[in-house]
Amino acid sequence: MDSMAAATSSSVPASGLTTVSVKSSKPLKEKTTKAERRALQDAQRAASKGASLDVFILALHVGIISCLYCVLSAEGGKAPLYDDESRVVKAKRRAVVKQTEAKNRVELFRHLPQYEHGTQLPDLETKFFLLDPMHPAVGLQYLSGDISGGNARCIAMLQAFQEVVKDYSTPPEKTLNRDLTAKISSYVSFLIECRPLSVSMGNAIRFVKNRIAKLPIMLFESEAKAALQSDIQRLISEKIVAADKAIVRHAVTKIRDGDVLLTYGSPSAVEMVLLQAHELRKKFRVLVVDSLPKLEGQLLLRRLIKRGIDCTYTHINAISYIMHEVTKVFLGASSVLSNGTVYSRVGTACVAMVASAFRVPVLVCCEAYKFHERVQLDSICSNELGDPNVISKVHGRGDINYLDGLTNNANLQFLNLMYDATPSDYISMIITDYGMVPPTSVPVIVREYQKEHLLV
Amino acid sequence: MPDVQSTVLEFVNKLRKRKIEGSQATAKCTVELLRSVISQQRVPHSNQASALIDAVKAVGEQLVAANPVELAVGNVVRRVLHIIREEDLSLATAAMAGLDLLDASDDDGEDDNCKVVGYSAMSAAVAAAAARSTLRPPSLQTLLEGTPESAAVPYTSSSGADSESKSKSADKSSITRKLKHDVIEGVNHLILEISGCHEQIAEQAIEHIHQNEVILTLGSSRTVLEFLCAAKEKKRSFRVFVAEGAPRYQGHLLAKELVARGLQTTVITDSAVFAMISRVNMVIIGAHAVMANGGVIGPVGVNMAALAAKKHAVPFVVLAGSHKLCPLYPHNPEVLLNELRSPSELLDFGEVSDCLDFGAGSGSPLLQVVNPTFDYVPPSLVSLFITDTGGHNPSYMYRLIADYYSADDLVM
Repeated sequence: MDSMAAATSSSVPASGLTTVSVKSSKPLKEKTTKAERRALQDAQRAASKGASLDVFILALHVGIISCLYCVLSAEGGKAPLYDDESRVVKAKRRAVVKQTEAKNRVELFRHLPQYEHGTQLPDLETKFFLLDPMHPAVGLQYLSGDISGGNARCIAMLQAFQEVVKDYSTPPEKTLNRDLTAKISSYVSFLIECRPLSVSMGNAIRFVKNRIAKLPIMLFESEAKAALQSDIQRLISEKIVAADKAIVRHAVTKIRDGDVLLTYGSPSAVEMVLLQAHELRKKFRVLVVDSLPKLEGQLLLRRLIKRGIDCTYTHINAISYIMHEVTKVFLGASSVLSNGTVYSRVGTACVAMVASAFRVPVLVCCEAYKFHERVQLDSICSNELGDPNVISKVHGRGDINYLDGLTNNANLQFLNLMYDATPSDYISMIITDYGMVPPTSVPVIVREYQKEHLLV
Repeated sequence: MPDVQSTVLEFVNKLRKRKIEGSQATAKCTVELLRSVISQQRVPHSNQASALIDAVKAVGEQLVAANPVELAVGNVVRRVLHIIREEDLSLATAAMAGLDLLDASDDDGEDDNCKVVGYSAMSAAVAAAAARSTLRPPSLQTLLEGTPESAAVPYTSSSGADSESKSKSADKSSITRKLKHDVIEGVNHLILEISGCHEQIAEQAIEHIHQNEVILTLGSSRTVLEFLCAAKEKKRSFRVFVAEGAPRYQGHLLAKELVARGLQTTVITDSAVFAMISRVNMVIIGAHAVMANGGVIGPVGVNMAALAAKKHAVPFVVLAGSHKLCPLYPHNPEVLLNELRSPSELLDFGEVSDCLDFGAGSGSPLLQVVNPTFDYVPPSLVSLFITDTGGHNPSYMYRLIADYYSADDLVM
């Protein structure tokens, strides 16, 4: 029986629990959590009592869950330590995509990966048909920037996982749980190499692994796969799509006739709110603020104009000029952290700050699955660094080439931050699928949401 | 004078088409133009100061109208007018001092009329000397005795002096030439001051920048460049973060210059200013103009940086030469003292033309693109002004105006 084999192969839980070789890009941490210690005690008790088969299995389950926690917490939210040489070397050995480090790194961000972006895409393309068929597509899309935005990336990744599950077949001598989890982890590490995970993706991965771990071992493979696929589908439809609908319903009550609304970048939730408000025949104007290097505001602008909404377009430096006529500011978020800090596209903090200086209310639209229990004080501790070359060569403006030829100068560095942290005192209200809450209520929701997450 | 007229017209055209960039260059050109206007102006024997003032004002109004946003033009015109008035006043008091002795000696040989005129001129001169004190800090004596009437008196003093000149024309002709000469000397001094403001400001760099500092700057200002390089020459090691300054990307220019001079530079996007400010020790920017209340007109985006600096208690230092100090108070400066540039710098028309529906009168949406050039920073956000006369608080700037400008010239 494969479970017996599994039991013997996993050895005595007491000693080796934390070092079960689940493949991941980051090594398991040595410290054990409370759950793990309890699991250890249970397993030890079971072993010492001269256990029967089912106790072993129970211990095994608990053991797997607790060791998975350890893996998940290493993946879900802890900051990667790229200034630790040994870990970087280990990660490189396992890497699928060849990374070359940028030559001119900003000292302040030594703890974050900064790679040359030019070489990765062609390299991956050559390997496309050599790797497993499913995962490169999504990774490629992330790498080239085709999919961007927390919700889009998360949904794309979950759909890719559904495909993986559909095509999966358990190899002999292995259990579905552990093998599938290992496979998912390897795909996740590949995605991380293409582009670091967003917080929403981290939460979704935690959910998926949790579901896999909770599968009863006696289930047939086809049933297990079907259950998993429906779980993933439920995550998408409940926590993302339905959540967006709830947010829209709450937010449109805040838009009145004659409003001048300001938005920054291209947040998917805010776009839905604006379109819905327009459907309801409310009279309002939109100010779209944009910034380099991504110029995401132009995409939002096109979509709004096509629907017939009055728009004004400007760049982030001019917000002091236009803020005096704005009545409300709507922002999107990549995540909201437990100290109320909003972690979102770089530039959001500037917009929120100027808005609060002009006494304009700031509303953040964020689905609850994006909340996270970690805390952050400033934008430096944890961030993502983008391609530095995009700053030196400005897209679409050929006349701006002052810095050509200077990219290799030792004195000159480019910093392309992707995210920043907005302090909670600039935010008036956060609109989630759980309702409209102040930023201070976020840790409460995280606590309740996590409980519900695990029980469901 | 026809060729002066033509040079004036040429300059007015250049200003209107924004061909001259930068307040220092504009100020220097304006001063040189005014110098040639003054030197070619034929002054009558009487009331010469007012003739000069009228000529300069006429030209000045044209220049200011051509580019009202370039405040340095107006500043410099007012400086020249102030110089004319000052020189005239100093000559008048010198002449009075000289005439005092003369009048005392030949009391009898004069007409009654002339004497009366003489006396009235004398009293006018005394009044003028007293009125002069209104340009200086008033002494307790004049305050307690009651101030004479306003600075209209210098005119009467000059007319008084002119009536004297009818009787003492020999002295007066030398004084005629002297006024123009003094004024041109004063204007030359002003040109030197404008050209040398960078060095004067850069000398103070060493007092403000210490070791291992991180400095944030925006846009591209030659004053800031010289300031930072002066500190570098004195062997202070520091890093500079330069914000790009879209849509003109002046930050790239500044970064290029800084790297060429060997400074550690990092170019960041404007949206990252708030993210990086927690690690910055000082924000240094160059102003386009400084208003009388201590407010700053700077390149677009400085208000955002100033607010972020205030939140993180980072000192916000503004460098400005004295030709940038404007005696006007800003009323609604974001609109009135601003210039909107071409929207194509932000958004290409071709990118959205397919979305815009130009069906006539169907209530189709119009897309507006806003691209301002300047930003206003209120004085409460500025920590320090560094000018060629030293470092000042924003609340002190109004006081410098009394040194450089006369009250009559504020409305031209």
